Amino acid sequence: MSLSPTGALKHSGSLFAMALDVIRTLPRRPFQLREFIQQAWFIASVTILPTALVSIPFGAVIALQIGSLTRQLGAQSFSGAASVLAVLREASPIVTALLIAGAGGTAICADLGARKIREEIDAMQVLGIDPIHRLVVPRVLATMLVAVLLNGLVSVVGVAGGYFFNVVMQNGTPGAYLASFTTLAQLSDLWAAELKALVFGAIAAIVASYKGLNAKGGPKGVGDAVNQSVVITFMLLFVTNFVMTAVYFQIVPQRG
Amino acid sequence: MGVEICVEGLTKSFGNQVIWQDVSLTLPAGEVSVMLGPSGTGKSVFLKTLVGLLKPERGSITIAGQDITKLRERDLYEVRKLFGVLFQDGALFGSMSLYDNIAFPLREHTRKPESEVRRIVLEKMDMVGLIGAEDKLPGEISGGMRKRAGLARALVLDPEIILFDEPDSGLDPVRVAYLNQLIVDLNAQIDATFLIVTHDIASARLVPDNIGLLFRRELVMFGPRDKLLTSDEPVVRQFLNGRMQGPIGMAEEKDAAQVEQELAELGTDGNSGDGEASATPMTPRLLPSPGVTRPPRWQAIAEREAELHEPKQQQKQEQEQQQQKQEQEQKQQTQQTQQQKEVTDA
Repeated sequence: MSLSPTGALKHSGSLFAMALDVIRTLPRRPFQLREFIQQAWFIASVTILPTALVSIPFGAVIALQIGSLTRQLGAQSFSGAASVLAVLREASPIVTALLIAGAGGTAICADLGARKIREEIDAMQVLGIDPIHRLVVPRVLATMLVAVLLNGLVSVVGVAGGYFFNVVMQNGTPGAYLASFTTLAQLSDLWAAELKALVFGAIAAIVASYKGLNAKGGPKGVGDAVNQSVVITFMLLFVTNFVMTAVYFQIVPQRG
Repeated sequence: MGVEICVEGLTKSFGNQVIWQDVSLTLPAGEVSVMLGPSGTGKSVFLKTLVGLLKPERGSITIAGQDITKLRERDLYEVRKLFGVLFQDGALFGSMSLYDNIAFPLREHTRKPESEVRRIVLEKMDMVGLIGAEDKLPGEISGGMRKRAGLARALVLDPEIILFDEPDSGLDPVRVAYLNQLIVDLNAQIDATFLIVTHDIASARLVPDNIGLLFRRELVMFGPRDKLLTSDEPVVRQFLNGRMQGPIGMAEEKDAAQVEQELAELGTDGNSGDGEASATPMTPRLLPSPGVTRPPRWQAIAEREAELHEPKQQQKQEQEQQQQKQEQEQKQQTQQTQQQKEVTDA
């Protein structure tokens, strides 16, 4: 990868062009249902367990931080509300982003990269099959679906983890924890988080596919592509997360 | 019937590095052509440009009346259905069995029922001698088998043009001979236009109608087989004879003075160089196997070959007859001596 400023611009341009190609190819029939289901299953299988394991301590850390703070302020009844808010609004999209990029994206990038350097992609093109239609679109859709579902999983496991640490470890009152659930958080928070996850899934899959399909220089090239794809995806996802959060606060009136 | 490929003024470079420039040639419909060249002269790049995987900087490639360098992506996919390409390592899909690999183009492009797909796939697998390996994964088989499977996959859509990227690299000499025979038989059977990219001189002498040579970022020569085999062009002669003396060096090219000196030495050294050169055009062409019905084109070639090489064969036969006579005489002599011995013993 060249370090010149035009090189960086060129890569951004090609990445964006590929994203447009994916959108343009989306409605083309026949839809690759088999590939879609296989990929969704595959991505889910590599991300579910790590996601659950990451979201438990995430929920716990929030519970611990908030628990001691609220106790000092005498506002223990609000610890549930704060915990849900934190998990739902920020923790779940971020954990989803990390896992989708770190586990799902790398798998996609490595798979496509290996195919690229073995000339499988070229062979596919020569056989008259568009790899964007055949490989990338099903992967992008599968990643989006799995990201949305993962976001739900993170929310549930995170809140459960927070409950456990708040109620069992810090002797909080279960009733107060559950009753304060909806004092700060609202349903639109969940929708916003799901929308974020959807966008993250799309970005992660497109970046991973782009890097994979442009891998070159043998096995080392695949490693480099995976490395770059993770770094680029993380940067993009965190920026997107920030922008979407800012927009969300402007659009949806907040409670409390 | 094959399709003609007309290449004009083609230039390709990566960044500042020019791979080759101003390449113009016509691959005649239905004929077998070979593109030769030292390693790293962009033979594979040429092949990939022909199928539109790489975009050339200048020039045109006309196939079936369409300039594929100017086609939109979607139309390009349509034109590519005319092609069958055998990649260097077969380029099989690693996650699919050989059967699924070969059935892949049929399942993607046609609505044939599975029984029909099975019939075609097994027919092609039989053609390349892979019956019994249907369920193997590409990772489990040898390089030669991968190559043959790649060939079978390239053939299932009955292509008009077949491109081979180094079909003989990494194969043992026996398999190379079989593969060459297979290529010739295929050409007689399906009548497609063939382009073989290779640096194996032996195959290049046996198989093609036309030979081209890429060197020093340009097409040195392209023409009928006889013309190149008898050519006096130093690069062509060096490459076809596989010598060290000549313009082609280890890295890329040698300086002119050294080349002249070497060639002069070669001339004074004796007639070894000339001997090789005069021997080259005598290489007989590989003809389709006896079981294959020959179309008119191949019949004409076979007749011409027979005329060219008949005298030689007659000489050989005469020699053999003489040898046989001599052997018989020797036998008789030994028998006589034995008889004499027996007589004396008695």
